[in-house]
Amino acid sequence: MSVAPPGPRPAVSSARALRMAAPIAVALALVPLVLPPYSSILLAYGLVMAIGALGFNLLLGYTGLLSFGHSAYFGVGAYAVALMVKYLKVTSMELFLVGAIVASIMITALFGVVCVRYTTIFFGILTLALSQVLWSLAFKFFWVTGGTDGLRVPTPSLFGGLVTGAGDKITFMSHAYYYYVLIMFCLCVALMWVIVNSPFGMALQAIRDNETRARFVGVRIWPYRWVAFLVSGVFTGLAGALWVPLNGLTTPDIMHWTFSGEIVFMTVLGGFRSFAGPIVGAVVFNYLKTYAVGYTVYWQLLLGVVLVALVLSLPTGIVGTAGRLLARFQGRS
Amino acid sequence: MDVVLIHVLNSLLYASVLFLIAGGLSLIYGVMRIVNLAHGNLYAFGAFVTAWAVGIVAAGASVPVWLALLPAGALAAAILGAILEPTLLRPFYKRAEEYQLLCTFGLLMILEDVLRFIWGPYPLSASALFESFGSLSVGESIYPTYNFLVIGVGAAAAIFLWAFIYRTKFGVVLRATSQNMRMASALGVNVNRVYVEAFTLGCFMAGLGGAIIVPSQSAVLGMGVDALVLAFIVVVIGGLGSLEGALVGALIVGIVREVGITWFAEIELAVLYLIAALVLLVRPAGLFGRP
Repeated sequence: MSVAPPGPRPAVSSARALRMAAPIAVALALVPLVLPPYSSILLAYGLVMAIGALGFNLLLGYTGLLSFGHSAYFGVGAYAVALMVKYLKVTSMELFLVGAIVASIMITALFGVVCVRYTTIFFGILTLALSQVLWSLAFKFFWVTGGTDGLRVPTPSLFGGLVTGAGDKITFMSHAYYYYVLIMFCLCVALMWVIVNSPFGMALQAIRDNETRARFVGVRIWPYRWVAFLVSGVFTGLAGALWVPLNGLTTPDIMHWTFSGEIVFMTVLGGFRSFAGPIVGAVVFNYLKTYAVGYTVYWQLLLGVVLVALVLSLPTGIVGTAGRLLARFQGRS
Repeated sequence: MDVVLIHVLNSLLYASVLFLIAGGLSLIYGVMRIVNLAHGNLYAFGAFVTAWAVGIVAAGASVPVWLALLPAGALAAAILGAILEPTLLRPFYKRAEEYQLLCTFGLLMILEDVLRFIWGPYPLSASALFESFGSLSVGESIYPTYNFLVIGVGAAAAIFLWAFIYRTKFGVVLRATSQNMRMASALGVNVNRVYVEAFTLGCFMAGLGGAIIVPSQSAVLGMGVDALVLAFIVVVIGGLGSLEGALVGALIVGIVREVGITWFAEIELAVLYLIAALVLLVRPAGLFGRP
């Protein structure tokens, strides 16, 4: 058997992680108060994507499975919300989230049964193919999904109707909704932290590092992978549900496999070998893409070059590289 | 009866182009163990080059000139492949598959915009060549003559490739490298050279697929990404790395698409993906793949 891949993460205790995260959370909470609405809406997009990438990384970083189909779960979350608006006339954000979670559990449970039997390239292609099934359904069944026109989602009411979207939409999105996203983000990060540091999370990492040995010590591979797949998909579905009111519209584009590629991109940009990597990567990618799109029509070229350069020279991503530089700096002083 | 014949011809038409794309993808995977996500863009590149050569450069020329220019796309894709493999892909062979996929995904984004940069956002057409062929009557229906050419090229490519891989010395070296790269290297095979050649051949096939289909359609941005996903279905059904598999997979996908477009257009794509998923469930390595 080959040697386990390098890079056991430096063990960070939960207390220390909390001490590191608290100032960041406070800073994030201050954003709408000091920065213009555009910045906080942009950041809200980034935080939503961070939830999705965090879920994705449970598979890539912790279980060692590269999914090229996470756009499907993001889309399931978004379309669950849009269809609830269309057919059930729901406006409560909490109900949206519940609906999106239920929908993504159903889809990921089904897809997971098929996918987790494979690893490496076959896992990637299979997840890609299955996500394209959903994309083609969203694309073709236009009388249900609106086809390429997509479905509009109006401003929801938050906290069981305590906060409604009446009045200026920009103000609502940049303040009330931003805080809603931030709260969900913090909850998701905390939950994921607990998951990856639980015995279950350890078992996943054991599977990633050496499947044979993991089986040898009694870890049942498929059930663990299946649950990881489920949790991963539900996080991404939740991100989709949070994304859709922000965007006001959902189109089949978010189910296309190229969007899955973007999720992979953000995770690698941040660094998939660390817990914070996908979060940093998603936020940075969001800015990168927004400015690249605003700067040039050839933004894909720009992002493609960044991606190739990244995998060639900085495979540990932003967080990994920063950590290494920091360690070197501390070692010198 | 004529209707059935037309359906069969259409299926063969799809299958020919799909075989060229998926065959190249499969060949590259078989030899180099790399899934090239940018493969569809090489097909699009071939289509754009041929459409540009036939439709713009030689717009007023005659049919023989156009036919002579038809392979331009394939050659251009092959040259592009010969440049890309040593520069971008070679550093990734020793690294995890995730990085290979990501690198080719980056390449996909780059090539997509390179096409936009060179030829602009508008479709490019070479339909004059398609029209100059006229049509043949098949029983009581008529069918474009040009499509027979496409089917012919697809069939010829399959036969040529088979002969190339199973009947030439290069084919032996290629298969040896594919089966055991280290052993082949130990026996004196220049693996780097084989890799460049295999990648170039794969890109040539993709480019040829684009080049021969472009007169009957047009070259549009995004065609590569769409084609890639269909090619994935083909190789998943047939088995990644197997050329026989690519041929059978292309025929299956061609037939299902043709039947699907006629009778169940809404779920045509979904049915294709489900077939692929079913095949993977029953035979994880595909119909012809080696496990």
